[in-house]
Amino acid sequence: MIKLFKTIWNWLDDRIGISVLLSPAKHIAPQDAKWWYVFGSATLCAFMVQVATGVALAFSYISSSSQAYETLLFITNSAPFGRFLRGLHYYGASAMVLMIGAHMAQTFLFGAYKFPREMTWTTGILLLTFTLGMGFTGQLLRWDSTAAWSVVVAAEQAGRIPFIGDWVARFILGGNTIGGATLTRFFAIHVFVLPGIMFAFIGLHLWLVFRHGISDPPVAGKPVNPATYRAEYEELLKKSGKPFWPDLAWRDVIISTLLIVAIAVAAFFVGPPVLDKPPDPSILTANPRPDWYLLWYFGLLSLIPDRIEGYVLIGFPILIGLLLLFVPIWNHKGERAASRRPWAIASVCLSVIMIGALWWEGEHSPWSPNFEAQPLSEKVVGASSGPIFTGAQLFHDKGCLNCHLIQGDGGRRGPDLTYIADKLTHDNLVIRIVNGGTNMPAFGPTLKPGELDALVAFLETRRRPFRRQEQQADTASSKTAATREWHR
Amino acid sequence: MNTSLTESSTAPSTETPEEISRRRFFEKLSIGLIGLCSAIVGVPLIGFIVAPFFRKVPEEWVTIGKPDDFQIGKTVAVTVNDPSPLPWAGVTAKTGVWLRRVTEDSFIAFSANCTHLGCPVRWLPDADLFMCPCHGGVYYSDGKVAAGPPPLPLFRYDVRVANGEVQMKQAIVPISTKL
Repeated sequence: MIKLFKTIWNWLDDRIGISVLLSPAKHIAPQDAKWWYVFGSATLCAFMVQVATGVALAFSYISSSSQAYETLLFITNSAPFGRFLRGLHYYGASAMVLMIGAHMAQTFLFGAYKFPREMTWTTGILLLTFTLGMGFTGQLLRWDSTAAWSVVVAAEQAGRIPFIGDWVARFILGGNTIGGATLTRFFAIHVFVLPGIMFAFIGLHLWLVFRHGISDPPVAGKPVNPATYRAEYEELLKKSGKPFWPDLAWRDVIISTLLIVAIAVAAFFVGPPVLDKPPDPSILTANPRPDWYLLWYFGLLSLIPDRIEGYVLIGFPILIGLLLLFVPIWNHKGERAASRRPWAIASVCLSVIMIGALWWEGEHSPWSPNFEAQPLSEKVVGASSGPIFTGAQLFHDKGCLNCHLIQGDGGRRGPDLTYIADKLTHDNLVIRIVNGGTNMPAFGPTLKPGELDALVAFLETRRRPFRRQEQQADTASSKTAATREWHR
Repeated sequence: MNTSLTESSTAPSTETPEEISRRRFFEKLSIGLIGLCSAIVGVPLIGFIVAPFFRKVPEEWVTIGKPDDFQIGKTVAVTVNDPSPLPWAGVTAKTGVWLRRVTEDSFIAFSANCTHLGCPVRWLPDADLFMCPCHGGVYYSDGKVAAGPPPLPLFRYDVRVANGEVQMKQAIVPISTKL
């Protein structure tokens, strides 16, 4: 039997050339390329998870604006393994983005983008761009209310591109409004266009890895000299090189296995993102937000001054893209070791801190009003009737609580007003409420008689406890003085 | 055959002028035909993809209710249906619009899209304000910017009272914000 299999294998191998096809896996690589070198293969593994789960999901997903939501409900709630598969696809995408980040950081810190691997880095940067494109289009295929409104936001953002903005916006919408043509184009881009391009670029990226070899770990004081590097690298491989498969690849297999286990655990226990309301544009309670890997950019755009937002929106990705693409062009030789390149360490650390901090801000979105704010409790208000109580009710009904905090309740868009009476006098409060400010509407024209007094009465009670006692004492003494005055 | 091809490409000096001319002709012919094939497939492909740019917006008035359905001074959400949706548009053929009855026969139809980034603004009836959930843009009841990042007032659609009905033109997404 074994002999028969061997015969069949030999025949197939001779006619198809399987061994030749797989031979690059056995290419000789530097023996010290160990655990730091696993992120590229982990990214490829996550991509394969995405391809496999994406194909499986496409068996049930209908890319029609009218039916996609129902098929997602079916996949999530009724189809065997459907919820798990959706989870795998979502966390696979997250893992892919994370692994690309780790792969980029390692490649950059090891100076592996330098001669002769400049184009390996460049193709990697393009693959990062395509991956983020896949992430964004994938979020829209989760065709719920958030997705539908995210398309509108994307179109509005694209509308700011000079000269062609309106065209690009209409292209994204698939017309003048969200409609039948909107989802199908994102489906085509997500399922055919971008994966096709990615397959080609992954092939090119891998070809370049084989062509120039896996970079040897950097050694401080041994800079890259393009005139001698190739000969030195060949010498290194002759002296101590090992076949990639299996001598080095086993580490990649272990990390990829752990990655898949992590994706599966998250998919099983946490589950896929919950579907929002149906993608009905007449539902006006949506709050569109990007998935986590673009949330930091959402945070950045929200924190910068409004007047430069459009320029940053368009210019920042172009600037970062060009910077990353051309890093190996102007810095293709010299030291590779991170210990001799403090700016490389600083830029990676700063990027991680910046993205992390902006992600945190994006996650908490203090600039967004809190529409879920409930009326303040009697305990917080400190009254159950009278003008203070009425003022507290108005503070909720007029939307003030959507933007201001009172003892931890409300929104964070505006200043915390828990102790506002310590800072503003009665007159200041009146002026502020009536006239508003840059980020606050003027309530003067809309307040009915008595409402302003009630609001101010409530806000004047917002003092620190000891100040409140002082105020009560002041009030008592002034009342006593007034009483004495009255008795005289 | 392969050998001769390799030889011919690497040793042009042995070729006669006729052979060179013949080779150049076939080279140009092949490139031309490849270009023609690409155009035959590519032009309709690109045309199909960018067709939405050229889709004419029907200038139709859509009925959204009777005047008595709306109280003077009140702002309410109304649903407007695309008069000529694609057959598979489903719920996406609907659009939400904020309609305010100003006087007996005067209405304002506001786009629900915040002019900052297009998020759907919500109407706070007790505050007489529109508020955007994304970045806190606020508008007064007449659509003027009250606070926050919106650079422009809320977009208004054409609305009229005709034949005892409140009608408005198709609600397109206004791409209003520029650099």
